[in-house]
Amino acid sequence: MGSATSEDARHLSADVDRSVKVLVVGAYGVGKTTLIDAVSEIPMLRTEEQITTASVGVDPRRGAKDTTTVAMDFGRVTLGASTALYLFGTPGQRRFWDLWAGLADGAVGVLVLVDTRRLEDSFEVLDQLEEHSRLPVAVVVNQFPDSPRHPDPEVRRALDLPPETPVVSGDVRERPHAVAALVALVEHALRRQGAGSVAA
Amino acid sequence: MQTEGYRDHPVRSYVLTGGRAHPTRNTLRPETLLRAADDGGRDLPATAGRHERAVLELCQGTLALAELAAYLRLPVSLVTVLVSDLVDAGTLVIRSTAAHDLPGTDLLEEVLDGLRNL
Repeated sequence: MGSATSEDARHLSADVDRSVKVLVVGAYGVGKTTLIDAVSEIPMLRTEEQITTASVGVDPRRGAKDTTTVAMDFGRVTLGASTALYLFGTPGQRRFWDLWAGLADGAVGVLVLVDTRRLEDSFEVLDQLEEHSRLPVAVVVNQFPDSPRHPDPEVRRALDLPPETPVVSGDVRERPHAVAALVALVEHALRRQGAGSVAA
Repeated sequence: MQTEGYRDHPVRSYVLTGGRAHPTRNTLRPETLLRAADDGGRDLPATAGRHERAVLELCQGTLALAELAAYLRLPVSLVTVLVSDLVDAGTLVIRSTAAHDLPGTDLLEEVLDGLRNL
């Protein structure tokens, strides 16, 4: 208690008494974990949840159920003296978020990572977000070393994004790029609340 | 009648939480910050199990619920039940103030400042 000499590096500073979160979603292999790792002050953590789904078309006498493990990778960064930001990476489909009770509730917003080499992988994620969530969304075009460069307006058109949705591009392995994506999301969230709104 | 994937984990989880699948409170989220009460862990009931003790040990400093789950290698859903019981018992306290449905303007501005200063 109190003045421990061997502080556990895993713990937050004792002054931290607020937490916020951002969800990082996107197709498999698009760089969710990379972005989180670039920002996080702790080594990436993983937690798993099992979902049991009754098999379809299976002989009922076998009573078989499929158990699928869905993983969530996450990281954390302390902002200022008293706020911890958690970045939760999760598969894009909304049915997977519901696995973690309260994961979407109270989130600042969602970063949707896209890869311009397979934009079509992002359609489902974006559609689901539009239909089932009111969270602010920012699109992050992850620039892989070998991916072709597309101007943001082109990406915006291809993904049929609402005009107010921010699009940022960058190599998310680089911390400044990952942080810039988060800044764009929070600015967007603030604009949506009508604070200090500047016409885009 | 047991199938390969259905043997170990779900059954064990169920036993760990005394047969309950749901926590006693719904204010717990993956990012909820937790910390052992100042005298936490000293007055644990004799029935407290290995995992309850491990939660309190990890929470000698502040950690989020999801971090606890990751360090304990247990699902978030299960840790939520364990944490809920410990909060009810007064040995664990919720360190973060309850979040609203949407973070307010003040909080967002603070987050923005913090990000720009990284």
